[in-house]
Amino acid sequence: MPGIVAYGAYVPYFRLSRAEIARAWAGGPAPGERAVAAYDEDSLTMAVEAARDCLRGREASAVDGLYFASTTPPYKEKQSAATIAAVLGLPDSALTVDFSGSLRAGTNALAAALDAVAAGRAHTVLVVASDMRLGYPSGPAEVNLGDGAAALLVGSDQVLAELVRFDSRYYEIQDVWRSDRDTFVRSAEDRFATEAGYLKVMVESVSATLRSAGLRAEDIARVALNSPTPRQLRSLCQKLHFDEKSQVADVLHAAVGDTGCAMSLMSLVAQLEEAGADEMVLLASYGNGCDVVLFKTTDLIRTCRAARGVRGHINSKALMRNYEQYLRWRELLELQPPARPPLEMRAPSPAAQWREVSWELRLTGTKCRVCGTPQYPPQRVCVTCQSKDQMDPYRFTDVTARVFSFSHDYVMQTIDPPVTVTFVDFEGGGRLMCDMTDRDPAAVKVGMPVEMTFRRLYYVNGIYNYWWKCRPVRAMPGAEEG
Amino acid sequence: MNSIKDKVAIVGMGCVKFGENWDKSLEDMIIDAAYEAFEDAGVDPKDIQAAWWGSVFAGESGSIMSTPLKLAYIPVTHVENQCATGSEAIRGAAYAVAAGIYDLVLAVGAEKLKDTGYSGLPQTRPVATWSYRLTTQTPAAGFAMMATGYFAKYGLDFDEGKRLLARIAVKNHHNGSLNPKAHFQREITLEQAINAPMIAYPLGLYDACGVSDGAAAAVLCRADLAKSFRTDPIYIKAVSICQGAREGWLSQVYDLAHVEETYRGGIAAYQEAGIKNPRKEISVAEVHDCFSITELTIMEDLQFSPRGRVREDIEARTFTLEGELPVNTDGGLKCFGHPIGATGLRMLYEVYKQLQGKAGPRQVKNPRLGLTHNQGGEPGSATVSVLIAGNELG
Repeated sequence: MPGIVAYGAYVPYFRLSRAEIARAWAGGPAPGERAVAAYDEDSLTMAVEAARDCLRGREASAVDGLYFASTTPPYKEKQSAATIAAVLGLPDSALTVDFSGSLRAGTNALAAALDAVAAGRAHTVLVVASDMRLGYPSGPAEVNLGDGAAALLVGSDQVLAELVRFDSRYYEIQDVWRSDRDTFVRSAEDRFATEAGYLKVMVESVSATLRSAGLRAEDIARVALNSPTPRQLRSLCQKLHFDEKSQVADVLHAAVGDTGCAMSLMSLVAQLEEAGADEMVLLASYGNGCDVVLFKTTDLIRTCRAARGVRGHINSKALMRNYEQYLRWRELLELQPPARPPLEMRAPSPAAQWREVSWELRLTGTKCRVCGTPQYPPQRVCVTCQSKDQMDPYRFTDVTARVFSFSHDYVMQTIDPPVTVTFVDFEGGGRLMCDMTDRDPAAVKVGMPVEMTFRRLYYVNGIYNYWWKCRPVRAMPGAEEG
Repeated sequence: MNSIKDKVAIVGMGCVKFGENWDKSLEDMIIDAAYEAFEDAGVDPKDIQAAWWGSVFAGESGSIMSTPLKLAYIPVTHVENQCATGSEAIRGAAYAVAAGIYDLVLAVGAEKLKDTGYSGLPQTRPVATWSYRLTTQTPAAGFAMMATGYFAKYGLDFDEGKRLLARIAVKNHHNGSLNPKAHFQREITLEQAINAPMIAYPLGLYDACGVSDGAAAAVLCRADLAKSFRTDPIYIKAVSICQGAREGWLSQVYDLAHVEETYRGGIAAYQEAGIKNPRKEISVAEVHDCFSITELTIMEDLQFSPRGRVREDIEARTFTLEGELPVNTDGGLKCFGHPIGATGLRMLYEVYKQLQGKAGPRQVKNPRLGLTHNQGGEPGSATVSVLIAGNELG
């Protein structure tokens, strides 16, 4: 049977305290924090980070499918899955698909991946779900939503959680939506949406799956769900007779928020992080219908853990300085333009981008076969020994690095000044000038360890210009912040 | 390899007041600078046999310069080499004379930057093949990283480093206050410089040069004809251009605490001019203080100060007007201003006046050799010109 071979997740480094949102709007306080994608992140970059968390130490060349799920992809027309596959370095023959349109997109993608593996269409499929939905400013969704991503590697060899069954149903209702003209999530009257939609369909679907599988609620060790608010999660647990503390153990609402179509998969990742062998894990996600998946963990669950996963990312964080910074990052206000040349002057050339996919999207430089010097961008004539065309490709994405020098640039156009620009020296050679992100300017020091992260540099002429930045090393679980 | 030493003379120079010249067009400034040079040399514009035109932002071809001056049907070469463009124009003109092709030539550099309304430099042009994506820092940050690098290498903490850089800004503001053609003519205090708003950590507002409008021009001729134009011609002893291969951005070899192109460009010029001890032999230097940290490292790269020890010389006031080796006597880029294509010629204008003893309140004592250092690009990836001129043959 197919199942999950590896898992990973991503939660942005920055959190906005819900008390601060309440301060901005003089609203009632809500507990906890929500995760906010930095101004240089989007669903695609978060998906890349979750995928890297999942694949760490594995060969991307062995992955022959990439399914990307998001209700907030960067492009209406241009496949995100192809970009992510290119960034990760999947083989050209990999099957790439974008899933979208509902909060079930994540489990839709998972279902398709399990089917593809079961049918022998693909050997290993990486499923990545990522969302960053916008709630209306001052509304409840702004408080409850959060940004994040999950990644699941689906295969049939060496699975750590084996598929038991997969059920699905559709359900037509106008409860939560965004039209093609909407920026913010709309929802129907709350009690209608909850009672006629979420609770009704989830209860019916999960109960039906349990019945079909001959299981009772107490037979399920772990439950992974999407839920718009903690209150609705509690109501659902009560109706399904799941114990909220021991079986559901939600970590997302308090620290991250409702991450849309990524939420149920992030919840699953959080459960797998703590699961033992031979446990029944139920995954259910709601969105114009319901997908219910039953997994049973194997012995491999104990040894195959994510690099950071949900908890590792949750624990590595900084608070945003205020709500206004959130408005700035999401570009919800028109700000004073800088007295600098317009960004249009620096619009990327599609032809050049196409030519340079390998070295730009994958951060692949060259290493001289004669003198061994790694260099970026790729050089044909070696900077050290001037040998011509004696280069091998050399990827810098996962090489340990340190800050050689830096500046905080207060005059460069950026969404949130200053731009922290660095020279980064890689272990084993190679130097790169790049921006640093997810940093506290006061804490940036010469010699500090950094790691590479895939980001959006800027948006111009309808093009998202993606490249790499460095960031202070985010703590691994059990380690202090880098 | 031949040397240019004593083959070419400068017999006339002109330079407009740099600054926010709202009431002057690019063409006005070209005409004012060139005619000051013609009159200084006592030449008729019709006698000019060829011209070199330096500008990065003014547009394409030599016609930008030949049209206002009506230099009809002579060769005009448009040169661009980033902020070293003005020196590149001089170099082209000087080499043509040294080659024996022409007897009397003109070099002009000019830039009209303030019409853009930008606080920094304009984008040169849309780059059709733009793809290299690390494009989100300004030149200020590029040079600021050299300050961070220098502080780290030589163990200066932030306050020590800021104070050292501030001394350079204070000196150049003082010199600018003595210069009616400078963009900025006000003195500043150390505290003002240290406490100015940050533009690119650790550099503040007073660590950065002005973005200015301006133009400057030179008339050059064969050295053996120089005395027929004037009694006090200035002779070119060396003109170097040193172009890096971006080694500093590609390789960990570079320490980001100096500019290798300046060091090597200096050595090339000293060899050409036959200079053994630059600190003793150079009387006055105009160097490319686009940022205070640049002047600081230039002092070491041009061997005016021992490596890592420029602090002692700055604190000993070595580079002030009264010091052992006055640097940026006209206020430098910091205060005279920096209209990109004009800057190399503006530097030479000051050296020319100093060597003729015509620098007024800024005059250094008994100068014999003057040096200009004009830099394009950023630390790790630069274009540097070093020119040495003297008031005597031999």
